[in-house]
Amino acid sequence: MSGHSNYEPKTGFERWLDTRLPIVRLAYDSVIDFPTPKNLNYWWTFGGILAVCLGIQIVTGIVLAMHYVPHVDHAFNSVERIMRDVNYGWLVRYMHSNGASMFFIAVYIHMFRGLYYGSYKAPREVLWILGCVIYLLMMATAFMGYVLPWGQMSFHGAVVITNLFGALPLVGESITTWLWGGFAVDNPTLNRFFSLHFLLPFMIAGVVILHIWALHVPGNGNPTGVNVKSKEDTVPFHPYYTVKDGFAISVFLLMFAVFVFFQPNALGDAVNYVPANPLVTPAHIVPEWYFLPFYAILRAVPDKLAGVLLMFGAIAMLFVLPWLDTSKVRSMRYRPTAKLYFGIFVLACLVLGYCGGRLPDDHVIGNLSTFQLLDADLNSMVWLSRVAAAYYFAYFLVVLPILGLTETPLPQPESISAPVLPANAPAGAAASPEKRG
Amino acid sequence: MLRKGFILAALGLAFVAGPSFAATHPEEPKGVHWSFEGPFGKFDQAQVQRGYKVYREVCSACHSMNLLSFRNLGEKNGPFFDDKYKNPNDNAYVKAISKDYQINDIDSETGDVVQRPGTPADRFPSPFPNEAAARASNGGALPPDLSVITKARPQGPQYVYSILTGYVAPPAGLEVPPNQHYNPYMPGDVSAFYKGKGHVPAGGFIAMAPPLEANKVTFDDGTKSTLDQQAKDVVAFLAWASEPKQTERKQFGVAAMVYLLIFAGLLFVSYRRIWKKIGH
Repeated sequence: MSGHSNYEPKTGFERWLDTRLPIVRLAYDSVIDFPTPKNLNYWWTFGGILAVCLGIQIVTGIVLAMHYVPHVDHAFNSVERIMRDVNYGWLVRYMHSNGASMFFIAVYIHMFRGLYYGSYKAPREVLWILGCVIYLLMMATAFMGYVLPWGQMSFHGAVVITNLFGALPLVGESITTWLWGGFAVDNPTLNRFFSLHFLLPFMIAGVVILHIWALHVPGNGNPTGVNVKSKEDTVPFHPYYTVKDGFAISVFLLMFAVFVFFQPNALGDAVNYVPANPLVTPAHIVPEWYFLPFYAILRAVPDKLAGVLLMFGAIAMLFVLPWLDTSKVRSMRYRPTAKLYFGIFVLACLVLGYCGGRLPDDHVIGNLSTFQLLDADLNSMVWLSRVAAAYYFAYFLVVLPILGLTETPLPQPESISAPVLPANAPAGAAASPEKRG
Repeated sequence: MLRKGFILAALGLAFVAGPSFAATHPEEPKGVHWSFEGPFGKFDQAQVQRGYKVYREVCSACHSMNLLSFRNLGEKNGPFFDDKYKNPNDNAYVKAISKDYQINDIDSETGDVVQRPGTPADRFPSPFPNEAAARASNGGALPPDLSVITKARPQGPQYVYSILTGYVAPPAGLEVPPNQHYNPYMPGDVSAFYKGKGHVPAGGFIAMAPPLEANKVTFDDGTKSTLDQQAKDVVAFLAWASEPKQTERKQFGVAAMVYLLIFAGLLFVSYRRIWKKIGH
């Protein structure tokens, strides 16, 4: 897609096709010959893993759609029918429902990788923003997919999330009615969610193509953050990274299989096996685990509109991140202070996730009673989420802009090959690959 | 030093802290070992058969199982599966069970509402014609459908077993409303009904009277019919019904894991060989 092409058509047909539609050349340049830094570690395998996740979700999803009935009276039973009466329906359905969680595990690792190694910095801003668009589409898709089995949590989750739009001034109520297709979450809502749940994955696939295109213009980043200087620094994508990604994908699938075959319902809420009943609200409405950090931010704010804005603001931070980080050094390997703040940031995200799964008034420390601070006990999930949320935003708005100007980074290597090749050693005779795997 | 002081102070506070909030959490379900637990777990067919008998003679008086058909009983890993009948609709035992039921149908000649003997293709009939009738017969409470009950509650099998065996006399000071029963494993909040001293008892009220008692069901295989045995057996049946394909799923899973392990191993060896020459 960029730069010089080494493709040489071998057969007459390939030569004929190449002058009309150079599609074989495109494939050769993108996945066979593409020069890739030779020092990528296993954190870089998650792009390939995510492509596999998307493929699994689309294939299993299409099969499920052949059997699923998008109607409030039949949806729940049709899902159970898939698991009982459709040949290997249990396999397809559990791959799809657990596949959503696997997709998010992989995307979160992929994003933290990008944050740590500065993958969002010039010249990869558009690549990063396209990734953020994919993440947003994934969240919308996952949310609507969770509504489809029409269990108690499906229904009441849909009510809570669609009601968030009602917090917008003036237009909120009209927007909510428009989203619902009526005056409550009901059959029209389920129908349009099914339609959109089918559409969005193909939009994701489209943006993934743009994401890969934007990747192949500047080429991969790498753990040192140093630009590729010479051919010495790279290896062709195939076979070097096809085999490494392939190994990582098969290990990831092993973990996937543990959930699908032995713990298929561990990541879901038992209440969602109770058919939806608008008249009975579950005691504790929680989203799936991958939304819990945002749910915690939403509930940390007493004002509904402010909570909604902060929740979306948490994602908006990612979009503007390339212009918030002032450091010229890409990789945090050479930014010891930033590394520390990054560690706390990961912790803050995990704490937010933990808080999102608990009741706001739950105590953080057992029976400890402290004092009331403003509207809640200091020893409560609300206050813990507030502290973590404050750090989340401060990391983007305070730490990254200021740190880049004040810190003293460690010296960076001259080139990708420099740190591994001892002085004057011939290329290719150096450290064993597994050291930096 | 200062840090140590803070930690000690925090620990001290934790110990002198006042009583926690009203006990609105039910007791943790009892720990039971099930034959169908774990990656290699399987159902004990005799137990699931006994469990079906408990369901049929006791539970089915009030609880429907709308997702189950009689043919399911004769499917692979089901309670009445028999190698002789690959097609569960031919299974003699399943046929006999279904024939004992009268199923509402419409006479195809006249359109009249009629009743006919069941076939393996029929669903388990519901004990009540509709929700209103079910509530009217049960003091206003709706007996939940049991098709997926062990998936629909956290720690499902343990939970159902604990409810069935967990009925105790209400603690002193707890006023049990009419048509209700106290059960420490039932989620709920009894604080409004508690006039006693100290902690509010755990658990909640349940409309279902204690359903099982010793010798309520006679087991055909001679197993002693204790309350505990009945509860365990019916839970095994319900766990099978919630997920009839779970044994197949686990067996498939073991094969898939072995396959993936070998595949990952081969890829790792290839990876090491391909990268051998690259300094990186």
